[in-house]
Amino acid sequence: MSSSHEPHDPVALRAEALESLLVERGWLNSAQVDDVIARYNERVGPMNGARVVARAWCDPEFKSHLLKDGTDAISSFGFDGAQVEKLVVVENTASVHNLVVCTLCSCYPWAVLGLPPKWYKEPEYRARAVREPRALLTDFGLTLDEQTEIKVWDSSAEVRYMVLPRPPAGELPADEASCAELVSRDAMIGVAVL
Amino acid sequence: MTSGVPTNDMEAASDPWSQLPEAVAPPQANGELLFDAPWQGRAFGMVHTLVDAGRFSWDEFREQLIIALDGGAASADVYYERLLLALERSLALHKGSTAPDSAEITQRADELAARPHGHDH
Repeated sequence: MSSSHEPHDPVALRAEALESLLVERGWLNSAQVDDVIARYNERVGPMNGARVVARAWCDPEFKSHLLKDGTDAISSFGFDGAQVEKLVVVENTASVHNLVVCTLCSCYPWAVLGLPPKWYKEPEYRARAVREPRALLTDFGLTLDEQTEIKVWDSSAEVRYMVLPRPPAGELPADEASCAELVSRDAMIGVAVL
Repeated sequence: MTSGVPTNDMEAASDPWSQLPEAVAPPQANGELLFDAPWQGRAFGMVHTLVDAGRFSWDEFREQLIIALDGGAASADVYYERLLLALERSLALHKGSTAPDSAEITQRADELAARPHGHDH
């Protein structure tokens, strides 16, 4: 336990006290609470998206399915909430770079990428992604050459976008899990490359 | 997005935590929630479970959270302390139910604090 809230810390005790009372009164059971924590810690997060990207790199058939119908292609992964929104996956190529934004609010493919980063929700990102994407990417540390076309995808409540980044240069690891470790959240939003 | 999220079904439509205004959104890093200590995850999990079970609505809780945070929290520690308070207050909205009240929680916490060392995990 790294924080000041050691077992005898009053707040930690209060949380424990509340949970024990709620359990005794049948308002919840601790396994349900465990499930929520596990879901947010492990099952919802950018690693979901990274697994999808890794499979697309390794499996051309899956990749074409993914680009054709993202929602359907990822259904086999069993991600929580993945069925709810339409997922469209857009592929980066040598000549096209994709960038995802939600100009209206902060729509985000949370089933594959977890909770959106702070900057994604900020008005500056939302405005600049449309007005001056190249300059915005430069500020993220990504300088694209002038020949690269930038496509900006505006997410909505109905359609969420995820970028399929290009694999890093060099040989990919043989197994999907190791490939997934190469994929960053920012690359799947399109503010970074690998 | 501030509306259109079903109040009592946290699995539907979208993740309501991701729809919270920035100042009251849970601390996170690289898209993952950040818990500095186990009790913080327990507090988060309790809220989620109770809303799922319809014990109080997401909107009721969100309102309490916004009040409790009063503009924001400087650390995960403070954030979840405020979240715990919002949880207690959301339960207090349902007086007359078997929800534990503040005095009961304090009493139970005192009992837990009195446990001998080595039995406090």
